[in-house]
Amino acid sequence: MKDDKEFQKKIKKAEKTAYIAMLFSFIASVLLLFAVYDPSFSIFGNKESKLIYSTIIEDEDKIENGIHIRTGLIDAEGLMTVINNCTNCHSAKLVVQNKMSTESWNATIKWMQETQNLWDLGSNQEVIVNYLVTNYPPTAKGRRMILTNIDWYTLKN
Amino acid sequence: MRRRSFIKKTVLSSFTALISAEIVFGSKMLDGYTPLALQDPDPFKMFSKNKEMIILNDKPWNIEAQAHLLDDKITPNSSMFIRNNGTTPEEINPETWTLTIDGESVKNKKTYTLSDLKSKFKHHTYQLTLECGGNGRSEFDPPAKGNQWTIGAVHCASWTGVRLRDVLEDAGIKSNAVYIGYHSKDTHLSGDPKKEPISRGCPLPKALQDETILAFQMNNEAIPLIHGYPLRLIAGGWPASVSGKWVQKISIRNKVHDGTKMTGTAYRVPCNPVAPGEKVKDEDMCIIESMPVKSIITYPKTGALINEGKALNIRGHAWAGELEVVKMEYSIDFGATWTICSVEKPTNRLAWQHFSASINFPKKGYYEVWARATDTQNTAQPMLLPGWNPKGYLNNACHRIAVKII
Repeated sequence: MKDDKEFQKKIKKAEKTAYIAMLFSFIASVLLLFAVYDPSFSIFGNKESKLIYSTIIEDEDKIENGIHIRTGLIDAEGLMTVINNCTNCHSAKLVVQNKMSTESWNATIKWMQETQNLWDLGSNQEVIVNYLVTNYPPTAKGRRMILTNIDWYTLKN
Repeated sequence: MRRRSFIKKTVLSSFTALISAEIVFGSKMLDGYTPLALQDPDPFKMFSKNKEMIILNDKPWNIEAQAHLLDDKITPNSSMFIRNNGTTPEEINPETWTLTIDGESVKNKKTYTLSDLKSKFKHHTYQLTLECGGNGRSEFDPPAKGNQWTIGAVHCASWTGVRLRDVLEDAGIKSNAVYIGYHSKDTHLSGDPKKEPISRGCPLPKALQDETILAFQMNNEAIPLIHGYPLRLIAGGWPASVSGKWVQKISIRNKVHDGTKMTGTAYRVPCNPVAPGEKVKDEDMCIIESMPVKSIITYPKTGALINEGKALNIRGHAWAGELEVVKMEYSIDFGATWTICSVEKPTNRLAWQHFSASINFPKKGYYEVWARATDTQNTAQPMLLPGWNPKGYLNNACHRIAVKII
């Protein structure tokens, strides 16, 4: 009898210890999650940053009117390959403002590999360059372009 | 090590979950690197810039003005273009910041704190024109790779600091010195700590000019972080990349400085003129020194509708690198006739100069007002694009605005 009671007591104690250990490991894992995802605990901070966080998740790969919203790139064959290889070091804005030929893009990729730590693109290189020359072709500008996109307004003197 | 790789994998997979796509070569991603998707700064707020500034690139930051935003005689921070090559340094402590003068041709390698510089050497203030070597690149055909600047990569702010010459002479310059090169605190975009994003310089005579300064103030305030806080080299009239931001070290070299973006094709143009699109070998490219003569019409903004019979008052700025602008003209008939207008003398050497004119239009219709500056060597701006070059530098073609008389 006495042993039985003692045994039950021990079990209860062990149970308690287990609960406490579980609680601690739960707290520890929550802290670890914060350490990994949100070291500044910004989720508890101002509302603004919380809002930005949720917007990003919702809009991550949203396509609107044929445009990949996050990067501004045209939705076409090769889009994700371009995003995954060409927007790690620099912005997609640098990609779309450069309208070049296949030859120039290949030379630019070589330059990035030689000087900017760009990796070997393998068969993706063709996919990327095709995407670029198809969706962002060079335009002939000649020696001087006419003025376009003029926003007319009445000048008050 | 294992824990680290576990965390890295966890973070990677969570990034992947977030952007719901596999991050190719994610294993090559550097520690502490956050994909662009997870950053969301408001650059206009972050850098105190006018909302009408144009963002060309957000990694690295490259932002330009529009002509009408540059109307002030001294450019305020809100309208100053940003051209960054790397990642902006963080955690700058002005108390512990030092500048070291070293190199093959320094007599005594010396290190100065900011307060050493401020207390030891005389302070000077100059208005200095800084224009990006690639300003106007967007107009070249065939196109040149890089940020496609239009007209707004230029500013003339007031800079206060000490003369670079005074500091170099304090450390001592050996007789074999020919060049200086700067080293800064910004970091390479790839995260590679061994790479410098940019480390340029200039020949010794330029470094020793009165107006070449180590600035700690811009427009009478501490320099904004994005423009080089706490110490920036300022060499007016030359490609703005010579004016290194966040400067920590200046090397006195016994040869042409060979830092990042000094060699290859960077900030270089063909030594001899080439046809558009022609391939040029690296050894046939020469370093850009003084910027060419140029001007912009800052008032009115392009697109003005004006009632017939009313005169239009225009104004703007003109500059000529190392030289001065001696003549300013405008045309409303695409260069068939030019009218001379007034241009002020510069406040100091290398400051831009202000011009103005009052224009009467003969009849209703569409006009373009073109402005043309001429420098002390009688060289004027071309109406067409100047010589094509592989990297699209030095476009100093005339600026123009559209107006309609109604």
